[in-house]
Amino acid sequence: MKLVFGEGSCGIAAGARKVRAAVEKLAAADTNAPAARSTSGTGGSPVPAVEIGITGCIGMCYLEPIVDVYGERGTGNGEPLLARLVRVQEKDAERIYKAAASGDLSGVKDLEIKAEDKEFLAKQTRIALRHCGLIDPEDISAYEAADGYKAIRKVLGMTPEDVIAEIKTSGLAGRGGAGFPTWFKWNAARSAKGDQKYLICNADEGDPGAFMDRAVIESDPHSLIEGMLIAAYAIGATRAFVYVRAEYPLAITRLEKALADARAAGYLGENIFGSGFSCDIRIKAGAGAFVCGEETALIESLEGSRGMPRLKPPFPAEKGYTNAPSNINNVETFANVAWIILNGGAAFAAMGTETSKGTKVFALTGKIKRGGLVEIPMGLTLRDVIFGIGGGIRDGGTFKAVQMGGPSGGCIPEHLLDTLIDYKALGATGAIMGSGGMVVMDSNTCMVNMARFFLDFTAKESCGKCVHCRIGTKRMHEILTRITEGRGREGDVELLQELCQGIKAGALCGLGQTAPNPVLTTIRYFRDEYDSHIREGRCPAHECAALKKYSIDPAKCRGCTMCAKKCPVQAIFGTVREPHAIDSAKCVKCGQCKAACKFGAVVVG
Amino acid sequence: MCDCCAKSDLSKLTPVFEAFDGDEHALISILQRAQEIYGYLPTDVLYAIAEKTGNSPAKVLGVATFYTQFRLKPVGRNLILLCKGTACHVNGADSIEKALVEELGVGDGETTDDGLFSVKTVACLGCCSLSPVMMINEDTYGSLTPAKAKDIVRRIRAEAAK
Repeated sequence: MKLVFGEGSCGIAAGARKVRAAVEKLAAADTNAPAARSTSGTGGSPVPAVEIGITGCIGMCYLEPIVDVYGERGTGNGEPLLARLVRVQEKDAERIYKAAASGDLSGVKDLEIKAEDKEFLAKQTRIALRHCGLIDPEDISAYEAADGYKAIRKVLGMTPEDVIAEIKTSGLAGRGGAGFPTWFKWNAARSAKGDQKYLICNADEGDPGAFMDRAVIESDPHSLIEGMLIAAYAIGATRAFVYVRAEYPLAITRLEKALADARAAGYLGENIFGSGFSCDIRIKAGAGAFVCGEETALIESLEGSRGMPRLKPPFPAEKGYTNAPSNINNVETFANVAWIILNGGAAFAAMGTETSKGTKVFALTGKIKRGGLVEIPMGLTLRDVIFGIGGGIRDGGTFKAVQMGGPSGGCIPEHLLDTLIDYKALGATGAIMGSGGMVVMDSNTCMVNMARFFLDFTAKESCGKCVHCRIGTKRMHEILTRITEGRGREGDVELLQELCQGIKAGALCGLGQTAPNPVLTTIRYFRDEYDSHIREGRCPAHECAALKKYSIDPAKCRGCTMCAKKCPVQAIFGTVREPHAIDSAKCVKCGQCKAACKFGAVVVG
Repeated sequence: MCDCCAKSDLSKLTPVFEAFDGDEHALISILQRAQEIYGYLPTDVLYAIAEKTGNSPAKVLGVATFYTQFRLKPVGRNLILLCKGTACHVNGADSIEKALVEELGVGDGETTDDGLFSVKTVACLGCCSLSPVMMINEDTYGSLTPAKAKDIVRRIRAEAAK
């Protein structure tokens, strides 16, 4: 049997490599292994009883580490999956190995994925993630076996114009957030005059709460390479870059290996497949600046400068990297391209809505029961994703809002859960489709503090080039901070709205223009929370520390004195076995009493 | 430049300059390699890079201070990256930060007096399903509670004391 470990970053962080190491040790030490048998795939040489392999992100992050058990040896692709073992730990290694070596899986029955969890994947349609969790990302032959590099072969027999026309038919739009038609950008770069053109992949996934691009690169790097090659051929570029976050070391390592393997196999470099088309791809590691997700800032960074956006026009298609015509697309956009070429643009366009075609990948996180990577056809509702696939709120909580689009997006409330996943429909809510971060919040999340959190982020990440963004985000952050600290003033909300309008209109780039969105949407849908903070000195979610009021419920207090012992400022008084009380004038609202109380007597109001 | 700054072994930069010879856009890559070598970017190293790449020292310092990856001061033996991304925020990253400050006596961007720990908050480590998360050197620690975070730090400290 073959054991395949899910080793994306999440799986590794959850301990997948430790479990694999333990299983490998057992395999190496197993002297009782059944007589070695040969298979056609290995040319008759002896093979071990249990083969151990890896794959990328399976997508069910909440069940990591995951081990898939396959019946036959080989690449793992297309083979029947016998069992999926979830939340495996080092201590389970022995029985996992035994089960695989003996072929009797009854000993690991309790580790098998539950039927309800299977729905998480069953309800998805995977195109960009089509190989994720199925193939070994470090093995080029696994990608080749899954129709890999067939699309570029097909494309080299087409004219660049035909390639662009096929992408136009598909309706593919930029998956990085803005949703601009991909064919239009390719066509603009193709039509631009210049001897040297560049293709750039934006893998600077900076939105907090988003990890779709990381998963694609870690799990299926060759599909990114193939998508880029097709785009390079279409626009006439011979040099390409992948600008990837330095915070993604595993993605960089796997992409480096994939590029080297592709080069060795003749898919990259000079005169690919003898067609006369040449292209090479290089990796440039970013150095940590959110603004570099903006395409002109990214170009500045590629050139070795501070990542400060340029004024548009001229657009990169005309004057991009080193002032040469350049085209920039996001990782997920490229990951769709080879599929579209092989299956036809019409098949892609058959999915989705009038204005949004194909599928979209989301990183579903926050207070969700089943979090992970989700790829669904456009046109499903937010409710389908959050409740149908994600299973709703965990720990019995109540849904309050979902944040989409990160610092450029907004918070969508419960009454809009039936909004379609569609660029236009989501835009109408004040949020955006974004790159795919979907952070779910329950009633314990304060929406004012959420807005403050994002403005803290954008104020720090503002590059400082234009006044509206540099100073505007700072002022907004100050106002939001004072509201969450109980120093809010009447008129603060109106002042915020005024600042938002100014920044939206005046900022130079997308970062600044969209920075007000988290504030505007929380005011639009959760104005009552702002008013409670300002007028009543109360945080309805009990999150803002300065507005918490601790007290002890005398009916529940047993007088055990634990809280009084823990209190760092001696604000709790009372006699043993008698109900205690908190002196609110002394209380510093640290919450240690609540953590110490075993009877639930400490109440936060 | 004062004498006290001129102490780094600049010969270590030679292979880096050779690797990027002729690439006028390589400043960030050179700074990344230099930081790998020295652990941070000492002033004399920045001057050397400016001279070799034909950039003004102001531009080199400008780039080095623009990106969060670059450090101008040495870091402790254990670098704690505390994630404060959206998912971690929703799941209580603030309480983890508070616990680390209590345990270590230092906050974001600071290093303990014994040089054992440096703390840095980051926007997102991309392990949202394990939130709240922190990374210490190469290891990721997920599903943290304040007590768990303190415990991890204490264990590393005890290990170092041996």
